[in-house]
Amino acid sequence: MRYAMAIDTKKCVGCSDCVVACQLENNVPSGYCRDWVTETVHGSYPNIEMELRSERCNHCDNAPCVRCCPTGASHIVEGGVVLVTPNMCIGCGACIESCPYDARFSHPDGHVDKCTFCIHRVRKGLQPACVSVCPTKCMYFGDLDDPSSEVSKMLRTRQYKVLAPEAGTKPQVYYLV
Amino acid sequence: MKEELIISGRNIPYIDPHLNIWHWPIPAYLFLGGLAAGLLFFAGLYTLMGKEKQLPTAVKWATFVAPFALVLGLFFLFIDLKHQWYFWRLYLTFRIESPMSWGAWVLMAITPLSFVWAATYIKELIPGFVWKPAFLNRMEAWFINNRRFFASIMVFLALVLGIYTGILLSAFNARPLWNTALLGPLFLVSGMSTGAAVILWMSKDAQERHLFARIDLVLIAIELFFIIHLFMGFMAGPEVQQDAAQLFLGGRYTWAFWGLVVGAGLVVPALLEILKLRGLKIPVAIPALLIILGGLIFRIIMVEAGEATRYLY
Repeated sequence: MRYAMAIDTKKCVGCSDCVVACQLENNVPSGYCRDWVTETVHGSYPNIEMELRSERCNHCDNAPCVRCCPTGASHIVEGGVVLVTPNMCIGCGACIESCPYDARFSHPDGHVDKCTFCIHRVRKGLQPACVSVCPTKCMYFGDLDDPSSEVSKMLRTRQYKVLAPEAGTKPQVYYLV
Repeated sequence: MKEELIISGRNIPYIDPHLNIWHWPIPAYLFLGGLAAGLLFFAGLYTLMGKEKQLPTAVKWATFVAPFALVLGLFFLFIDLKHQWYFWRLYLTFRIESPMSWGAWVLMAITPLSFVWAATYIKELIPGFVWKPAFLNRMEAWFINNRRFFASIMVFLALVLGIYTGILLSAFNARPLWNTALLGPLFLVSGMSTGAAVILWMSKDAQERHLFARIDLVLIAIELFFIIHLFMGFMAGPEVQQDAAQLFLGGRYTWAFWGLVVGAGLVVPALLEILKLRGLKIPVAIPALLIILGGLIFRIIMVEAGEATRYLY
């Protein structure tokens, strides 16, 4: 099993519903967020192009944050999902330094916090909160090892990219372009 | 090409606009750890070489600085933790892939050793001193009998400690400025040169001073060689490392790095040492202090600049 997410940049309108849904579902403290929307602009007027991306932890196959963690608080569970155990975390910041996506942050309580792919929902057969609320249905979540999953189908039929592949982390959030 | 970018609704403390999770205690600790590593390395090495009589400062007196440096460094590490009262979690596990785990365990071993090492020379420092209760005297005698054994352990641990201060940073591939295997050796040599500078400063013996002035010159030469190679590697590396090097080659840290670290912290003290070895009267405190401050500023700049380098945006 390998959980992954595919996000259609052509359908995303940047409404930030995914951000709010995550904050509510996961009780993320005010002023913080586990996912965010990035707008990138290429070129100059009139030859200009914009891309919108809902970004979060990439639950990397080669996760530097897990490697660097001195206590084992950062760990990998089923489907390759990277999690943090708060009462094992010392707040040293090594994982934050090691993440090329800046997807981790220091929770006001001191421990590190990040996207969990809503594993508590996924275990119940639900979709992650961000995916379930997306009004343009541009996000797909599922098991890459299952050829019939939506995310597998999308990656078979569409062109895609990942962020900073040159960092060597083998990220598992795919952007359909 | 970097993308022009707006991150809607994200302004997370210590992360935005750019990473700033490690503050001044981290470079201060890296400096103190490197300094202690240098002091303990020379003490262990010259004990193994049987030079206690000829080099009393290196083997005995300068090691009194090491436990204080280590304890202060550990305190700095502790205050920069965000979940402080869970720090003991470090010592319930050993993570072979995590340099920080290695560092935590090495510190756990070398800090008590440095205390014991210095303590066994208190009787020479204060004539007539007697340990109370009496069993401490027996323990001291046992340690002194096995000093060569402990010296070899101390040399090994000091090398690991000195290298680890650099590897700690180089393990983070997300920060292109740090992500080079040269950082471990560079921090080790820099730490040793600050240790040698402390010994040089404290020594009252002309021959010992002469030796450590020459050691410092060799270490400075190696350090300059590593720094040049560091930037050659960056310039021949991927775009993110070229961008990282630009911070030092015209960017924000150019003057601080080449002026304060390389100029005032390495080249000037080296020239002063050479003139001194030629017979010119220069107070030893000047080159020693310059080397020590250079080592501290080097770490402050490397930590701060490294956090500003990244892959995205």
